Amino acid sequence: MKSFEYTITDEVGIHARPAGILVKEAKKYESKIVVKMGDKAAEATKLMALMGMGVKKGDTVTVEVEGADEDAAVNDMKAFFENNF
Amino acid sequence: MTKYAGKSVYKGIAMGKVLVLGKEEDMVKREKIEDADAEIVRVGNAIEKAQQQLQDLYEKAVKEVGEASAAIFEVHQMMMEDEDYLDAIHSMIRTENINAEFAVATTGDNFSEMFAAMDDDYMKARSADVKDISNRIVRNLMGKEGNDMEQSEPVIIVADDLSPSETVQMDKDKILAFVTVHGSTNSHTAILARMMNIPALIGVPMDLDKVKTGMVAVVDGVKAEVTFEPSPEECLKVTNKIKEQEEQARLLETLKGKENVTKSGRKINLYANIGSVSDVGYVLENDAGGIGLFRSEFLYLGRNDFPSEEEQFQAYKQVAQTMANKKVIIRTLDIGADKQADYFELGKEDNPAMGYRAIRICLKQQDIFKTQLRALFRATAYGKISIMYPMITSVSEVEQIYKIVDEVKKELDDAGIVYHEPEQGIMIETPAAVMISDELAKMVDFFSIGTNDLTQYTLAIDRQNAKLDDFYDSHHPAILKMIQIVVDNAHKEGKWAGICGELGADMDLTKTFVEMGLDELSVAPSMILKLRQIIREMD
Repeated sequence: MKSFEYTITDEVGIHARPAGILVKEAKKYESKIVVKMGDKAAEATKLMALMGMGVKKGDTVTVEVEGADEDAAVNDMKAFFENNF
Repeated sequence: MTKYAGKSVYKGIAMGKVLVLGKEEDMVKREKIEDADAEIVRVGNAIEKAQQQLQDLYEKAVKEVGEASAAIFEVHQMMMEDEDYLDAIHSMIRTENINAEFAVATTGDNFSEMFAAMDDDYMKARSADVKDISNRIVRNLMGKEGNDMEQSEPVIIVADDLSPSETVQMDKDKILAFVTVHGSTNSHTAILARMMNIPALIGVPMDLDKVKTGMVAVVDGVKAEVTFEPSPEECLKVTNKIKEQEEQARLLETLKGKENVTKSGRKINLYANIGSVSDVGYVLENDAGGIGLFRSEFLYLGRNDFPSEEEQFQAYKQVAQTMANKKVIIRTLDIGADKQADYFELGKEDNPAMGYRAIRICLKQQDIFKTQLRALFRATAYGKISIMYPMITSVSEVEQIYKIVDEVKKELDDAGIVYHEPEQGIMIETPAAVMISDELAKMVDFFSIGTNDLTQYTLAIDRQNAKLDDFYDSHHPAILKMIQIVVDNAHKEGKWAGICGELGADMDLTKTFVEMGLDELSVAPSMILKLRQIIREMD
């Protein structure tokens, strides 16, 4: 399993449109991708669950990637979070 | 006669018959079904149809209100594909043997409540989106086409709340106003209403059971009031007000095609400010002499990566061609400060208004600037394009710009690409640029004064800070003196000077500006005819 931590800098946190694009990106991978914050967690392929975590600016999330293509997936996810959130 | 106060989203006054829009979800009935698989297939078909409807709405909205406001329909499409949402619907049908309509409506309510309960205004607003997509699927399941606007006379729409898809579907010619019980000034509905220029009141505490379709109502966006069944005196008053409004509009209409000239023969150009290709329609409709400020940022904002040269070229070319031989002044990238795009990775700054923005980015990250310049120069072959550079503070910046421009031109020459030599000018929006405007006037073809930033920098007042409103004086003598200096220095070198900031549309100053000798005012398209009227009445 690979993982990274990321602190949200976007004013509105993990909001609808980028979250929707994240879902599409996450679906490209075989690996299971999970976004965690405190006791909350959501699979990156599930839009409403992601939005429902209520991640705001300044919150730190942990993204965990596990599966056959985890190396590629974790790199892409990292870049995606940095560019969009 | 019943009167209610609300929050006004768009000023304007309207009187007419009410159409109350009900909520479809009230009509969903719980029914036992035999064949769960068949119900799930029905859900799938309804969603497939909904995806197509949303695609159509998205395209309609892009054309009418622009891409940023249309993005909500893309989000709706994504929400409909959500695995948890679909799983919840499917499992309800299977475990409880209930009809698809009820499963979708109930699941929609559950998810919507989850968002409504969140401690975050943005997420709270999403609860309406979940309801909207669920209602859409339910309507498709019931074989209804939704709130099609079949009525022939224009009406005042009254509803508990309006979903974005409801507002955009409506035929604008048949709507006089919107009045809703719920909704926030930041909701998509409010934003769309504003773009559509329709009087709208939200947060009106009215009893919807008492408001009936066919009732007469008056919506006063200026007073933020709605009156149902107004008294005859009230009707008469409003009728007169509407007549005045229409009279004023007709009067302005007669000014189309006329020159912007004072009685003594002084002329001034009135151009329009625009922020996207689709605004060009308003420019022509309001009879502007050209485009004085085309904010190229729209090409960069609300996306995930830089726009390509080709994409930019197509946009600039389209505007230049549509405007035929009228001038189109395109301002190069003015991003940073209050306008941010994540992929620029600008980083956080303590003082962004005085930070890394506009031409500073272009001179540091020249590849971004060159791509835009190439697109602009290529587009010059298709119309009358001028290029304007923002946030200039020194002579050396202009020299650096020209060096890059020369490189771009050489590349185009080498590739055998044709272009015209465009007019090149700068924005005057820093006190520094005002003080050296005599030097700068020798280097450029024109000045356009950006009064918003110039005022902020001169008075040392942050525009975003509401606490400072009492100290802010847009008519401050320092600003007016600076404008005069800029105009005089431009004229000494035989160059022209205009204003493209908000002050340009200030009708109290129009006379002053003409007297100061300004050659151009660039304003919102809706202000063109109003300013023309003032100018034509001047001696």
